[in-house]
Amino acid sequence: MSQSALTISGVDKFYGPIDRGVHAVKNLTMEIAKGEIVALLGSSGCGKTSTLRMIAGFEEVSRGTISVAGRKVHTLAPVKRNVAMAFEGYSLYPPLTVRENMAFALKAARLPKSEVDAKVASIAKLLEIEDILERYPSSISGGQQQRASLGRALIREADLHLLDEPMGQLEPQLRAVLRGRIKHFIKERGLTAILVTHDQTEANALADRIAVMEGGVLQQFDTPDRIKERPANLFTGTFVGEPPMNVFEAYVGTTAGRINLRLPDGLSLDYDKDAFSAPVRDQLLSRERVVIGIRPYAVRRSKEGVPARVSANQWLGDQTHIAADFAGGSLVLVEHDRTRLDLGAPINVSIDPKNLHVFDQASGEAISHGMELA
Amino acid sequence: MEHTSLLERILRGAALTLVVIFFMFPIVWIFMMSFQTNETILRIPPQLIFEPTLANYTALITGKLITAAGTLDIAFMRNLWNSVFLSTTSVAVSLLLGVPAAYAFARHKFRGSEDIAFTLLSFKFAPALLVLLPLTLYFQKLGLANTYIGLIWVYQLICLPLILWIVRGYFEDIPADIEYAYRIGGHSWFATFRKIALPLAGPGIAAAGLLAFIFAWNNFVFALVLASADKQPVTVGALAFITSSGIQYGQISAAIVLSITPTLALALYAQRYLVEGLSLGAVKG
Repeated sequence: MSQSALTISGVDKFYGPIDRGVHAVKNLTMEIAKGEIVALLGSSGCGKTSTLRMIAGFEEVSRGTISVAGRKVHTLAPVKRNVAMAFEGYSLYPPLTVRENMAFALKAARLPKSEVDAKVASIAKLLEIEDILERYPSSISGGQQQRASLGRALIREADLHLLDEPMGQLEPQLRAVLRGRIKHFIKERGLTAILVTHDQTEANALADRIAVMEGGVLQQFDTPDRIKERPANLFTGTFVGEPPMNVFEAYVGTTAGRINLRLPDGLSLDYDKDAFSAPVRDQLLSRERVVIGIRPYAVRRSKEGVPARVSANQWLGDQTHIAADFAGGSLVLVEHDRTRLDLGAPINVSIDPKNLHVFDQASGEAISHGMELA
Repeated sequence: MEHTSLLERILRGAALTLVVIFFMFPIVWIFMMSFQTNETILRIPPQLIFEPTLANYTALITGKLITAAGTLDIAFMRNLWNSVFLSTTSVAVSLLLGVPAAYAFARHKFRGSEDIAFTLLSFKFAPALLVLLPLTLYFQKLGLANTYIGLIWVYQLICLPLILWIVRGYFEDIPADIEYAYRIGGHSWFATFRKIALPLAGPGIAAAGLLAFIFAWNNFVFALVLASADKQPVTVGALAFITSSGIQYGQISAAIVLSITPTLALALYAQRYLVEGLSLGAVKG
């Protein structure tokens, strides 16, 4: 794991003239070890696809360097970078059958026919496209084309496998099955893969580490667990997690030895001073305003809590999502039982300080997660 | 097919027949004229029944035009050959230059690329006669007047912009990712251009080439001014049929039939591939 498969350092991407054009990727630095699966996660236009295309060599790097397996590649032609890629738009060669499409790069590499056939067969089985191998791209569905395109990338031996939205077109059941198989396939062969996605379930399921991007800036690059438990800033906190984290602005105050987090509408979350660890308490008290974040599943209903009013109640079959008007905004809580609550019903909620994420009000940087400083 | 009533089908058939007659009439009439002598052509009223003669074709092919005033030499076959040679070579040169240029304009946005592409298109805006005078002077100085090379060069004004702009559109319609997929699979951009872009844009290139060929074939003024008798194409050569003893309608008709035959044949032949290529080239998923 120590060997670096990809090193991106100080990369900027401008569309148009440098420093004046659209700044799509801003000073990106990241390192990916051999054998890792990394997901670039972000909404549309966050720079994740630009990053992937710079690695592949389809977009020029405006500033900075990219190395693949220790070789500086950012000025090389795509053919010399030894990377494989599955495209979001599939981009299969129309005059070739699915089989020929998949075998294409292997044939170009002059592998013996028997070996090519065996590889195509095993990948086709993995992706469940054995029955369409002799068909042409124009005669198969979007999901099948996507799997063929994914197969064309996975079949190759390359230093890096780049997968752009590899499963966007697949049906949910198939997607879940394939995620597991593809992860196993990549891990078994020790491949290094970078996938671009806006689907956090996919990122969580497949990736060892997730790079969250927004506005061309890398927000956080960490394991799925740590991204969820210790979001580096307000963006990551609210972007990752379903349903999203509840966020409120709060004034920090103290009365009678208790810490008050004063919310709009005259509400206040009051905690014993000792409910926080010393460093977190010091940080809190040194500030006037903060932003607090609470995951929906960490909000509890309790008799002595702060009042809220139910505005929506959805039973999703395995959990209940309750939305409530709270502190001038909306609070979402998740319960695992079916909860009968009418619209407009008053409820009281309480939040354990262990589940409180505190962010800086101005910069959005995380200050603390529960009892620990960020 | 949707359900149509009998009346609708009859009306549609009648309308189609009318259109076909309207558009085919001149060609059919010319075809008929080419088998008649001047006397039968100029009868009033014109008649559909006549005794066909091959005299017009014989005159053209042997190069001897027999008129009331005597026998004239005409270089029709030579002109026909000139047309074939000039048009084919011009289109070939244009394709050689224009297709890679179109690819560059479609795929690579560089400083001034739009301006250059537009400048090339603007060649088509200038009235040919306006361009011709200075061009003739230059060509005479350069020794290009009345040479095949000079003519082919000038024909680029007709063919190159046409091919460039049509083919560019076809290249732009090919998703760039297909080419990227090929390049990342271990091929140079030139191999990608040859193996992916060219075949996918094939129907477009064929259509543009065909169109350019027809335009080149039909050109009149450039050849009229820049070429003398032995280099002239049929369009200019046809002037020889206006003789001192009258206009030789029969021979003109025969000449027209002979000179549209190659383009017509080419169009009919290529049409099959054009349609086939266009329906096969379904790139989108």
